[in-house]
Amino acid sequence: MAGSTPASLTADAGGAREGLAPQISPALDAWRRFRRHRLAVASAIVLLVMALAVVLGPTLWPVSINDIDFGARLQGPSAAHPFGTDDLGQDLLARMLYGGRISLAVGLAAMVVSLVVGTLIGAIAGTARGSIDAGLMWLTDLFLSLPQLPLLLLIIYLFRDALKGLVGPEGGVFILVVAVIGGFRWMPVARLVRAQFLSLREKEFVEAARALGATTTRLVLRHILPNALGPVIVAGTINVADAIIAESTLSFLGLGFPPDIPTWGRLLFDAKDYLDIAPHWALIAGAAIFLAVLAINFIGDGLRDVLDPRRVM
Amino acid sequence: MIAFVGRRALQSIVVLAIVSFISFLIFQYIGDPVLTMAGQFATQAEQAQIREALGLDRPFYVQYAEFVGNALRGNLGVSYVARVPALGLILERLPASIELAVAAELLAVGLGVSLGSLAAAYPRSAFSKATLTGSLLGVSVPTFIVGIALILVFAVGLGWLPPFGRGEVVPVFGSWRTGFVTASGLQHLILPALTLGMFQLALLFRLTRGGVIEALQTDYVRTARAKGLGPVRVIVKHALRNVLIPVVTMIGLQFGQLIGFSLVTETIFQWPGAGNLLLQSIFESDFPVVASYIIIVALLVVGLNLLVDIAYAFLDPRIRYG
Repeated sequence: MAGSTPASLTADAGGAREGLAPQISPALDAWRRFRRHRLAVASAIVLLVMALAVVLGPTLWPVSINDIDFGARLQGPSAAHPFGTDDLGQDLLARMLYGGRISLAVGLAAMVVSLVVGTLIGAIAGTARGSIDAGLMWLTDLFLSLPQLPLLLLIIYLFRDALKGLVGPEGGVFILVVAVIGGFRWMPVARLVRAQFLSLREKEFVEAARALGATTTRLVLRHILPNALGPVIVAGTINVADAIIAESTLSFLGLGFPPDIPTWGRLLFDAKDYLDIAPHWALIAGAAIFLAVLAINFIGDGLRDVLDPRRVM
Repeated sequence: MIAFVGRRALQSIVVLAIVSFISFLIFQYIGDPVLTMAGQFATQAEQAQIREALGLDRPFYVQYAEFVGNALRGNLGVSYVARVPALGLILERLPASIELAVAAELLAVGLGVSLGSLAAAYPRSAFSKATLTGSLLGVSVPTFIVGIALILVFAVGLGWLPPFGRGEVVPVFGSWRTGFVTASGLQHLILPALTLGMFQLALLFRLTRGGVIEALQTDYVRTARAKGLGPVRVIVKHALRNVLIPVVTMIGLQFGQLIGFSLVTETIFQWPGAGNLLLQSIFESDFPVVASYIIIVALLVVGLNLLVDIAYAFLDPRIRYG
């Protein structure tokens, strides 16, 4: 994002206490502004802890996710089972840690898909202009006006078995869920990137590079794209949260991962029939999704102030 | 203006054509209704007989032409499972979904705009800060968690409201049965409507609050204040009015999505709407019903978007009809 926020360097008086303003790298400047967002910093810590827990957790809490113990059905939290057990007596902490990996991985992977597709389409539209631009924006509008959730369910249902046969049950559903969720989330990114391109391509530094004989490819990759990335990163953050919600919604409707893969949405789906006798089950799964999504949204809010200072809402 | 409306209408028709094609492909190529209907152990002859009875043995383009022609005449095929017209099944369930979406929308607009204006009037108050943080919670919580939490608190815990179903309904006209006029119907409506509307409530709150705060700093508001108008009048008559255009747009665009997304809420509360029917039909491979649902919902969403676009152009003369 070098060069995109010159105003903030002078506005940030905290860094310029002694004598002439010392050199502040854009990264340091960004970090300082991010740090002022207490909620965003706290959220980053919460998210980091959650990520560490699901990555390292299964080694620290080596309990099998499939150990069935009918003697300990639907128990509340205890020393043996810190998060309690489900209707088959399976340890919920182990299942939460395992499922969290998938929920978070789906969120990240779908975000990458949506960013890549959106940036590509937005960049092509913003560079080409003319009828290609009109066509691509029309495609974007079309995707925006589709009834998303019903189509999402349908696509997953239709292709689940085919992909399962190709790459195994877990990998197949993962690829499908990521592709479908990412495939329905790229439109805002494309619009954002296109708008950035349209304004950046008229800027003096781009004109200067063009006058120096830079090719279109070089202009786009070296000069325009890096400066357009700030808002895209913010949109990407929000997309992670959206994708986690989407995955858990699919699992919750019974069309996500198979029952033996306990993603957070799946756990909640299984828990909803036991709300009255084992509320801890739904509460823990729900709280995990809620906390992750909330933390990501707060981080997105903080990042927006840092990377995209002009936007208000 | 006419050219603008015409272009938007044309675009809507193209969207519908594409959606209808997707729907057609869905129940043409994927999922084998013959197996579903005849069962695993049917003989080849029995399968061929069913295939012929359903018209599935003819070439692709004939079937698509027939599909579109029939769709235009309101015939969207016969449910493989219930053996009655699919469109009838959808239309029978649609009123429940629309009522739920309308109730959710009313709740979201009423609370979102009023709370948003209030928070904007006192931007430094604890109320404003608390509701702003609360609204971020609102956009962060998945619908089904809101629903389950509401059931846990108000139905299981406090026992104030019923946890599922639609309550007592009375026929209005034709097959439209409403729950709006009975006490039990309204009681059953509160929790699902709140669940479905929560996301939009938070969104509208943020939009209104931001817009009103911005409007309060403009010259015309200062003039209104200088004239001696009270704060309520300044906000309601002057500031809010200028925020209404984005709010109206948002309402129109989101209402269509509400109907599409109501299937999650309908599942949680066992609401007898079209979304519930869709889910059930997907699991039963009842593709005529699925395709009909997608077409009907697309029709609603696209139609609403078109209306909003036109209304938008009327409301805001600055819009170029390009």
